[in-house]
Amino acid sequence: MHESFPSSAPPILELNRVTRRFGTKTALDDISLTVPRGGVFGLIGGNGAGKTTIIKHIMGMLKAQSGSVRVFGLDPVQNPVGTLGRIGYLAEDRDLPNWMRVGELMRYTQAFYSNWDAVYAEELREAFDLDINARIKNLSRGQRARAGLLIALAHRPELLVLDEPLSGLDPVVRRDILGAIIRTIADEGRTVLFSSHLLDEVERVADRVAIIHQGRILLTAPMDEIKETHRRMTLRFGQPHDRPPSLIGTLSFEGHGGEWTYICNGESSQLRRAADAIGATVVGDAALSLDEIFMSRILS
Amino acid sequence: MQIHISPSDGVPIYQQIVNQIKYLVAAGRLPAGEELSPIRVLAEQLLVNPNTVARAYRELETAGIVEKRRTAGTYVSDQGSPLARRERVKILTGRIDALLAEAQHMDVALDEVLKLVQQRYAAMESTRTEE
Repeated sequence: MHESFPSSAPPILELNRVTRRFGTKTALDDISLTVPRGGVFGLIGGNGAGKTTIIKHIMGMLKAQSGSVRVFGLDPVQNPVGTLGRIGYLAEDRDLPNWMRVGELMRYTQAFYSNWDAVYAEELREAFDLDINARIKNLSRGQRARAGLLIALAHRPELLVLDEPLSGLDPVVRRDILGAIIRTIADEGRTVLFSSHLLDEVERVADRVAIIHQGRILLTAPMDEIKETHRRMTLRFGQPHDRPPSLIGTLSFEGHGGEWTYICNGESSQLRRAADAIGATVVGDAALSLDEIFMSRILS
Repeated sequence: MQIHISPSDGVPIYQQIVNQIKYLVAAGRLPAGEELSPIRVLAEQLLVNPNTVARAYRELETAGIVEKRRTAGTYVSDQGSPLARRERVKILTGRIDALLAEAQHMDVALDEVLKLVQQRYAAMESTRTEE
């Protein structure tokens, strides 16, 4: 448990002005991102936003065409040994060797990690209800996800990188995986980076998020701050307006006549003062879910 | 501890936990001296970040509703949470208002009502000591 999150320790992960093109398509456009040590960092964005491309740069599977990537202060492409051994990784496609049995997968993976914890691995296997003799190719989607998470966790990595760990899973397995992520957060010093488009789940577990859209970062901040600085304000005006009178920090609006509802970037007190200044009466002032904040950000 | 979290609600999750524990204490479902679920346990049960639960517990502690004890546990405060007390007073106020309205209706003076209340209290006390 980290009472003093975010810590003052150097960041575990730093992307500095990374740009990546595939042919004529710009997948990442001048991305800068800092992930502090400890806590859970959520990368959120729709399909094709660039989440997986960011993760592949972190894992050293792609080399930055411009800009730099540092994991534990090291370049993951030049120093795979110093970085990969300290990362637990669950790929989006959960690419596991189909011909192996669960027990073989565990022994095989163990060989790559000097700090593999065989007792913990066995505990996870039992908790995830995985048959040691089951063939990988016969596992259900949920079991595959659990097997992937097992081999990502069993060497107790400092950094856990999960690419869409919850997508394509039924609610029961999602609970399982989410529970496993929550258990690992409590471990001392662990940092979790996970990408997702399931924003209810991100809101439950992330301390910090970055919103990615079309290869750019639209917003990155602690979850509490994001929640505090986005409001839905409904204002009544003395006379009808064809268009909503402008209010600071407006991301989107709807309404007509004398009543307009704004999705705003700003704190409640600040927005109330601004409403007062344009002669409006506040008739609604509510917090937004991360999902609503995300939608208003990518559409504005 | 029956708590339900809904991220789509918009209300920050720590605030939802704070509100629901306050309610459980006011309703007497979490009596004074009762231990709250440990942070890790509640985090796993609700599927939320343990830091969020820790923050909710800190807020409740600041509000005097719960207190930390030496052994890391968090307990509902003894001095009857100010909130639970306020709730109780509210309920009694309603009953007293009804009693006074009825007394006035039947033309019974306030002195007499107070005397009657004291008599009934004495009667109740004596039967209780007999038991």
